[in-house]
Amino acid sequence: MLGWELPPHNSGGLGIACYQLCKALSKRDLDIEFVVPYEAEHGIDFMDVTAAKPQKVSSVHKSGIAYDSYKYIMSDGTEKWLNIHDQQALYEHSVGQLAEAREFDIVHAHDWLTFRAALRVKEIKGCPIILHVHSVESDRAGNKQGNPLVHEIESVGLHMADRVIAVSEHTKKAIIRDYGIPADKIEVVRNSIEANDLVPLDGDNVYKYLTLMKTFGYRVVVNIGRLTVQKGLPNLLFAAQKVISKAPKTLFLIVGNGEQYNELIEMAAGLGIGANVLFADFQRGKAWRDAYAVGDLFVMPSLSEPFGLTPLEAIGYGTPALVSKQSGISEVLKNCLKVDYWDIDEMANKISSVMLSDQLRDELIANAYHEYQNMSWDNASQDVHELYQQQLSGLPV
Amino acid sequence: MKKAIVLYLHVHQPYRIRHYTVFDTGAKHDYFNAPYESSESNEKVLKKVAEKSYLPTNKRLLKLLNENPEFKVSLSITGTVIEQLEKWSPESLQSFKDLCASGRVEIVAETYHHSLAFFYSRAEFEMQVDMHKRKIQEIFGQTPQVFRNTELAYNNDLASWADRAGYKGILAEGWDAVLGWKSPNFVYRPTYTNQIKLLLKNYKLSDDIAFRFGNREWAEWPLTADKFAHWLSEDPDATNFNLFMDYETFGEHQWEESGVFDFLEHLPKQWLKNENHTFMTVSEVIDSFEPVDQIDMPETVTWADTERDLSAWLGNPMQSESIHELYELQDKIIATNDLALIDDWRRLQTSDHFYYMCTKWFSDGDIHAYFSPYETPYEAYMNFMNVFRDIQFRLLEKGIPL
Repeated sequence: MLGWELPPHNSGGLGIACYQLCKALSKRDLDIEFVVPYEAEHGIDFMDVTAAKPQKVSSVHKSGIAYDSYKYIMSDGTEKWLNIHDQQALYEHSVGQLAEAREFDIVHAHDWLTFRAALRVKEIKGCPIILHVHSVESDRAGNKQGNPLVHEIESVGLHMADRVIAVSEHTKKAIIRDYGIPADKIEVVRNSIEANDLVPLDGDNVYKYLTLMKTFGYRVVVNIGRLTVQKGLPNLLFAAQKVISKAPKTLFLIVGNGEQYNELIEMAAGLGIGANVLFADFQRGKAWRDAYAVGDLFVMPSLSEPFGLTPLEAIGYGTPALVSKQSGISEVLKNCLKVDYWDIDEMANKISSVMLSDQLRDELIANAYHEYQNMSWDNASQDVHELYQQQLSGLPV
Repeated sequence: MKKAIVLYLHVHQPYRIRHYTVFDTGAKHDYFNAPYESSESNEKVLKKVAEKSYLPTNKRLLKLLNENPEFKVSLSITGTVIEQLEKWSPESLQSFKDLCASGRVEIVAETYHHSLAFFYSRAEFEMQVDMHKRKIQEIFGQTPQVFRNTELAYNNDLASWADRAGYKGILAEGWDAVLGWKSPNFVYRPTYTNQIKLLLKNYKLSDDIAFRFGNREWAEWPLTADKFAHWLSEDPDATNFNLFMDYETFGEHQWEESGVFDFLEHLPKQWLKNENHTFMTVSEVIDSFEPVDQIDMPETVTWADTERDLSAWLGNPMQSESIHELYELQDKIIATNDLALIDDWRRLQTSDHFYYMCTKWFSDGDIHAYFSPYETPYEAYMNFMNVFRDIQFRLLEKGIPL
C-alpha cells in the first residue's frame, strides 16, 4: 500500500482514511506493508509501516500539513529541503528500489502523490495496481482545473490503473468528467468512521469565552478544516452576515489554517461581523475536540468534498451538521441539513433556524448520533477485499 | 336484519407551507403560496389528486349509486380541502355534490382544519367543529350526525364530549390492544356515555384495500371483489363491516393500474349477490343495531402506524414544541379580530404539518410511509417555525406583547 501519511502524522482526512481502511483490511487475513515517504513512529501493529528512503538519506522529517516541504537529513549530516514535486519524484524512486526487494500480489496507492510510484512498481513487477482517489485536482482547486502537472499525473495514472476506487459517487463523477475514465472501471467505496476510535472529551472546554456566552443565550457555529479555496469559507462568512442579522446571538468559530487565513479575517471585519467570528488557527488534540463539542452546529460549506469526515467527527462529539450537497458525506448521512455551497441565502436560513431552535438542534443530533454509531469500516474493507480477489483471479469485472 | 358494509372515505388536503425562510419572516405573509412547479404547491397537488383520484372515483361512485339502489357511502371532507376544491377544481366539488344529491351519501362531522385541537384547546376545537358543520350545510345541504376526530384520534373524553354535543355516533380505530377478543364488526357504546354509539374500523379488511391492494409480494395478491366479499361472508355473526380509509386510496395511494377502480366497481355487485347483504351509511348502521357491549379507551388511539398513538404527530421535541407554541398564541390571535391572521393561524393547526416533522422512519429510509413534500423532517420544522415567528411578528406589529 502506498500512502502519503498516517496518524498521528497526518494533516487531514487522507491519513485517517488510510489508517482505518488498513486496520479493517488486516482483519481479513491480508498482509499489508504501508510505505510512507517519511520516517516516524506510528505505534501501528496491524501492518508494517515502512519509510521509503533513498540510500544516502538518514532521515526525512515531515512538517505540519500537506503540500509543505520535507526536510531531508543526509548521511553526511547535511540538510536538504524538498518541495512537493521533488519529494514525489524521490518517493517514486525510493518505492521502486523497495519493490525490487519485496514479494507482493497487488499495489494499492492513495491519491496523486503516490500514483507515479505505483506506475513504477507496475513497470518493474507487472502486478496489478489499484488507485484510490480521495480527491481529484479539481476538488482541491475549487472546481477549477488546478495544477496542470498534477492534472497530468492523475490523468496518466488513472488511465494506466487496473482499477480505480473513488470515495463517493461525487468523486466518481468527477473522475469521469475530468479524465474520461470509463464508469465501470471505477468502484465507489465510501469512507466511514469507527465510533469507538474517537478520543473522548475530557475536562472543561478550552473555549471559555464561547462556553460563557452560551449561558447568555448565544449559540455557536463551528467549522474545522484547511482555510483553502476548496473548503468554501467565503460563502460561510457571507451567510454568517445574514445569520447575524436574524439571530444576533450567533458566534462563529473557525478552526484551521491555510492560504486564505488572512483574507478571511479581513473579510469578516469588512462584513461588519468581526466580533462574532473567532479564528482559532490550526489545532490538535483537546483544543481540536473541544472545538467540535462547543458548537451547536457544524458547517461544512465545501465547494467540492470527495467525502468529508469532519461532519461525522462533529456528530461524534455531539454537534449536528449542515453539509454542502457537493460532498460525499451528503450521499450517506440522512439526519443532517444539506445545502448547495453556492446558495448563501439558504445556508443562512438553515443556520439561523438551528440557532433559533434548540429543539431542532437536539432532534438532529439525537438521530444523527444513532446513524453515526452504526457506521464502521467493515463494509468498505469487504468491498476492497473483493476488488483484490477479482484482480488476482483475473475474472472479468 | 341484513349484514352491512359501512364504507367510509376520508377526503383531505392540507395547506402545505412553502419554502419559507428566516428572511421571509417579518417580510412576507404568503405562507401557503408555493411556486406551481414546487412539491409544496397546493394548487398543483390538488389538481393532480383531482385528476387521479377525485374525478375518476366520484364518476364510479355515482355509477354505483345509480346502478345499485342499496349502495351507500359515507364521506368526511375537511374544510381545507373544500376551500381548495372551490379554488382549483370546482368540477371535483360538483362531483361530490352530485353524489350527495343521490340521498345515499352521508357526510361525517370533524374539525374544519383537520387539527388536533381537541388535545390542546376545547374552545378552539368546538369552534372548528362548528365551522365545519356550517360549511357542510352550505355546500352539501346536510347536517352531520356522526363525528370523527382528526386521524381517528379517539379516547373516552372525546366520546363523552361527542355524546353531550348531540352526535348519535362516533368513529374510532378497532385496535386489538383495546378490543382484545371483541370483534369490530358490531356496534358498541363508549364507556361513561348514555346515547352515543361507537363504530370501530376493521383495520385488517380496510388495510387490505388501502395498503396491501397493489402489493405483489402480498400472499393474497391479486385481491378481487369476489374474494373480498367471500372473506366478509365468513363471519356469520357480524352485523357490520366498517371499511374506513383515506379517499385517496382510490387512484392516488393505489394507482389506477393496480385495478383498484375495478375492485370498487365490482365489490357492490359481488356483495349484493346475497340478498341478506346490504350497504349502510354510518348513521343507518347506528340506527339499525343496538350496542353489543361497552368499549373503554382511556388512552388516545389513532389509525396511524403500528403504535396507533399520536407519536407520528407529537412524538419528537420539534413536533411537541411547535404545536404547544402555536396554541399558546390562541387568546392573543382571537382577540385581534384580524380574520386573515386567525385564518393563517388555523391553517397551521392542520395535523399534516406536524406529521411532516416526524423522524420515526426517516433513518430507516422508509420513505414510502412518508407522504411529505419536504426532503427531510427538519426542513418541515424550519419552514413551520419561520412562519410561526411571522405570526408572532404580526401580533407585535399590532402592539400585542407576546
